[in-house]
Amino acid sequence: MPDIWSQYNQKVMDHFKNPRNVGEIEKPDGVGHVGNPVCGDIMELYIKVKDDIIVDAKFRTFGCGAAIATSSMVTEMVKGKNLKEALKISNKAVAEALDGLPAVKMHCSVLAEKALKSAVEDYLSKFKKRRKRKSR
Amino acid sequence: MRRIYLDHAATTPTHSEVVKAMLPYYTDGFGNPSSIYSYGQEAKGAVEEARTKVAELIGARSEEIVFTSGGTEADNFALKGVAYANEHKGNHIITTSIEHHAVMEVGKFLEKRGLTITYLPVDEYGLLDPDDVKRAITDKTILISVIHANNEVGTLEPLEEIGEIAHEAEICFHSDAVQTVGHMPVNVDKLNVDLLSISGHKFYGPKGVGALYVRKGTELVSLMQGGEQEKRRRAGTENVPAIVGLGKAVELAGQEMAREAERLAGLRDKLIKGLMERIDHIRLNGHPKKRLPNNVNVSVDFVEGESMLLSLDLEGISASTGSACSSASLKPSHVLLALGLPPEQAHGSLRFSLGRENSEADIKRVLDILPSIVSRLREMSPLSKTQK
Repeated sequence: MPDIWSQYNQKVMDHFKNPRNVGEIEKPDGVGHVGNPVCGDIMELYIKVKDDIIVDAKFRTFGCGAAIATSSMVTEMVKGKNLKEALKISNKAVAEALDGLPAVKMHCSVLAEKALKSAVEDYLSKFKKRRKRKSR
Repeated sequence: MRRIYLDHAATTPTHSEVVKAMLPYYTDGFGNPSSIYSYGQEAKGAVEEARTKVAELIGARSEEIVFTSGGTEADNFALKGVAYANEHKGNHIITTSIEHHAVMEVGKFLEKRGLTITYLPVDEYGLLDPDDVKRAITDKTILISVIHANNEVGTLEPLEEIGEIAHEAEICFHSDAVQTVGHMPVNVDKLNVDLLSISGHKFYGPKGVGALYVRKGTELVSLMQGGEQEKRRRAGTENVPAIVGLGKAVELAGQEMAREAERLAGLRDKLIKGLMERIDHIRLNGHPKKRLPNNVNVSVDFVEGESMLLSLDLEGISASTGSACSSASLKPSHVLLALGLPPEQAHGSLRFSLGRENSEADIKRVLDILPSIVSRLREMSPLSKTQK
């Protein structure tokens, strides 16, 4: 009989079983909140930024196996990257880093990309405000 | 690891005696029932014997049984068959908002071709109000179709009362009884149905075979042309081994189902009670009493169904969910939404459907495992922190 994990590959299952970076960051520099309960996926992504570098990332996710695995993977990928590099991480890159996702689950990787972008944008908007205040 | 199968509403393992009964019809008994020589007549005899068994189980006459490729074909045959046969009479069908896709999608298909379909709402337990059926009837109504027991939440519908209403109004009455036949007593006269869909693999028979009960005098247009089989109601060489298997499954169900239903209802109630005690923020979906003896359906707040299923599967437990994270539409189960569940609770649903190989130890294992799965996923969930 075929492999029982024909839907998800081993890497996806590994990230589902042992997700990296679960939780929240206290006083995060940026937070991304995407998805909605109607679709069954909600992701929250927290980042800590130091000198333009993302030094820490954590997540909380309500969703299926692929949603949890992509959240886990994107937090791994983003750590140590500068903001410009982080914004370049595409949903495809997340899926590829997981050795691929089933076609019906690609929307989960889109959500991971959006969560990351929204966290970085959150940081940038706060940063700008701070700079404005300082310059006054 | 011992695997525990708790998805009998999806399909059941074929009974070993059913397989045994089928095998000779792949080899020595390979004949075509339409052939007049002995090979053919042996096969025909086996088909007719199975037909009699099916008829007996539901209190029908054997000529009122038409074999099909399964429940889906039986539902298609009932709805389209009645619609096509009554084009001159009317164009309105009454059904419910909690039908199986095999009825619901056929309704949508017919709607696109000019028919009017009324999808009646149900209450929070999934129960249909017979008065709603009465009120929905117009002079154009040609068919009422109500599922006997819903496949997701297990709620048993009041078919007797609806059947009376249908008969009084002289409207054909169909029921998808795929989840009940072979599991609990079903009598076509008691339920007042004119058409009833049956599926073999839901009660330890083979896949790819089912039947439609057609009350004598019911006008129905055949969906298949090209042969004289099934009294011209369904052309195509009969799937003899599968039909024989269906007959055997029916025979075994007749002997075992009363005792088995009682045993499963006991396990069901233990599982429900145990889950309610061990997990907070959980609710039972479906009716607390009027439900299939083998169905448990719960919604677990703050977690998504597929991730629970995957985690259970890693522990060797097979169950089901109404979440649709894997479907293209991403919409959760139409049944759970019809019961009034908010989408996030529908996404967090789990269905356990029990069967003959399940034991008390299996229930205990689920009760031991699921709470820790839920708490692990809740720790990951952004919903639990805000709503706890």
